[in-house]
Amino acid sequence: MCHVGIDATALEFDGVTKSYGDLLALDALSFGIRAGEVFGFVGSNGAGKTTAMRIALGVLAADSGEVRWAGQPVTFETRRRIGYMPEERGLYPKMRVGEQLVYLARLHGLSLAAAEEHTRTWTERLGVASRLGDDVQKLSLGNQQRVQLASALVHDPSVLVLDEPFSGLDPVAVEVMSQVLRDKADVGVPVLFSSHQLELVERICDRVGIIKDGRLVASGSVDELRGAGPEQVIVDVPGTDPAWARDLPGVRLLDATGGRVLLQLDAGVDDQLVLNAALRMGPVREFARNRPPLTELYRHVVTAADESTPGREPVTAGGSR
Amino acid sequence: MSSTPPDVSLPTTSAVRLVAERELRTRLRSKAYRVTTVVLVVVVVTFALVMNVVRNRDTTQHVGFTEAAAGLRSHVAAVARGIGEDVATVDVPSEQAGRRMVSSGKLDALVVSMQGPRVQVVVSKKLDPQLESTLTSAAGQVTLNRQISDLGGDPAAVTAQVNQASVSVTALEPAPHFDPQRLAVGSVAGILIYLALLGTGMSVAQGVVEEKSSRVVELLLATIRPWQLMSGKVLGIGLAGLLQVAVVGVAGVLAGQLTGALTLSVSASASVIAWLVVWFVLGFTLYSLVFAGLGALVSRQEDLGGATAPATMFLVLGYVVGISVLPSAPDQPVVAAMSLVPAFSPTLMPMRLAMGGVPLWQTLLSLGLAVACVPLLVAVTGRLYRNGVVRTGAKVRLREALRAD
Repeated sequence: MCHVGIDATALEFDGVTKSYGDLLALDALSFGIRAGEVFGFVGSNGAGKTTAMRIALGVLAADSGEVRWAGQPVTFETRRRIGYMPEERGLYPKMRVGEQLVYLARLHGLSLAAAEEHTRTWTERLGVASRLGDDVQKLSLGNQQRVQLASALVHDPSVLVLDEPFSGLDPVAVEVMSQVLRDKADVGVPVLFSSHQLELVERICDRVGIIKDGRLVASGSVDELRGAGPEQVIVDVPGTDPAWARDLPGVRLLDATGGRVLLQLDAGVDDQLVLNAALRMGPVREFARNRPPLTELYRHVVTAADESTPGREPVTAGGSR
Repeated sequence: MSSTPPDVSLPTTSAVRLVAERELRTRLRSKAYRVTTVVLVVVVVTFALVMNVVRNRDTTQHVGFTEAAAGLRSHVAAVARGIGEDVATVDVPSEQAGRRMVSSGKLDALVVSMQGPRVQVVVSKKLDPQLESTLTSAAGQVTLNRQISDLGGDPAAVTAQVNQASVSVTALEPAPHFDPQRLAVGSVAGILIYLALLGTGMSVAQGVVEEKSSRVVELLLATIRPWQLMSGKVLGIGLAGLLQVAVVGVAGVLAGQLTGALTLSVSASASVIAWLVVWFVLGFTLYSLVFAGLGALVSRQEDLGGATAPATMFLVLGYVVGISVLPSAPDQPVVAAMSLVPAFSPTLMPMRLAMGGVPLWQTLLSLGLAVACVPLLVAVTGRLYRNGVVRTGAKVRLREALRAD
């Protein structure tokens, strides 16, 4: 389990379980997001990301477990402080952008004046201010997406829960969106978002959680996750036969291109011994720790969890930031 | 936080009011709503004008008599007076002149001669059946008088005796008198309330499905409770519908009064409108709750017709029974019994009340039953709505939605 100090955690899922008939969608899901942190939620389709978010927003009820905010169970009243972007985009197609945002802000408890002011601020920031008087259905999908984000932000939420906020956005909008998430986190808002775009997650998230079959199978900062697997090093000794590495104890040769080799070290093997061995072969042009990108790690974690069904333990590398 | 956290308390009344305001604004702004209102106003005003033309049409039968038939004239006038038929009799100088007057439409019939018991009549196309029997009995009288004279009697004395014969009726259960004007007004009231209930009910169901199919409901339910959303929606659409009914009702009554088509007193007209409004409010509350609950079971507008069929069926049944039976038999006992049942009372009662002759106890009982049904329906349809509204995809089975929680 992933234990994060209650004090530091703003939004916390604790043993949340949900099943649809025979299908176990969430299996005692537990993880936390700290204040001021952008947390990326990744996993294959049907892994349980959307279900978890809908439970946090009270759209679905959990079978057991609870979602807490600042140590208190999320109630109907505190839920109004959450900014939510559902997976299935939802806006009234035949309602004007401006009226719609003001309406949603007021449903979150804002006064008319505050709702109008926030609507102006966010539509300007997200570049759709010129469309305030148009029906939502007249906007392009990308612009509808921006309005959707504005609707999650318009009531100045203290928590953000966004289901696939980047899907369908052009590169410029992705930049704007990333910056908005960063800015919200910088003022202390915990930001939870899901995405399939792993490069993006890697770039903008403080921490990442990988969910599979309703359980968190890995979580931690991107660096921690990338360093969590068996240690790998890249050694480039031009003009040598890669066979030199094969004879080293506790070292496996994974790949070789000319004199450049990728080695995996067993636990406890000193990489400096490997470097010494390499230097004995000739001049070393490159010696680096290999950190697999998140995509590779994701593939590794998700397939590994497939192979070991009973007693699978989440790869945890968090809680030490 | 960069700014001060906003006040997030949202009292129930504010939540319902916000939703209702949005619905009302959307409705009033929609083209469909405006067009329907205008069309309905045009229909009732046209109806009033047509009624007026029909009422003022000249129904007097003009009958001309040649010299040869002059003896019949006084008898025809007397018979027509006796049975309340509107007949104007006139002497014509000659048969030719009379025929010309028939051709030009100045006369409806020309009595040319009477030979023995047979009367010769000239008409343009065909003889009015009522006028035919009037002429027949007048000719019979003339013949009878001749026979009495031939037998040495006094025709005048016999006629006086015959005229004294009459029937005196004692009714054990006097039937209420129904004013044809009020029957017409009642029918119009029935059509109006049926269209209004069907239109607003379907608007509620469509609104529910629109929120489901556009998934905006997920955003809304993260902030307000399902019943607040449902009540706000019903309230907003109901107000728009009420406004429509009131506008059309007032336009119809005004047109009727101004053209003179409606000779109903102002107070009677006001009571028709008042009952129309009362029953619209009650009927709308009952039906829209059911429409909202049933609408929540489907996710696509295409599936809406099937899902709301049970509610539509009751509405149509009440209306069809009312409009086909009541104008000819306003106190038909089966329809009177039906009009007490809350499923039918919203369509049948306003028709019956406009036609008049509804005993007070029936008025009160139907109102009481309808009002008593509201909390029951709120409980059942609230459950349907709550369980159906977040389930998108296939149609939610009715039994499933009632059971699940």
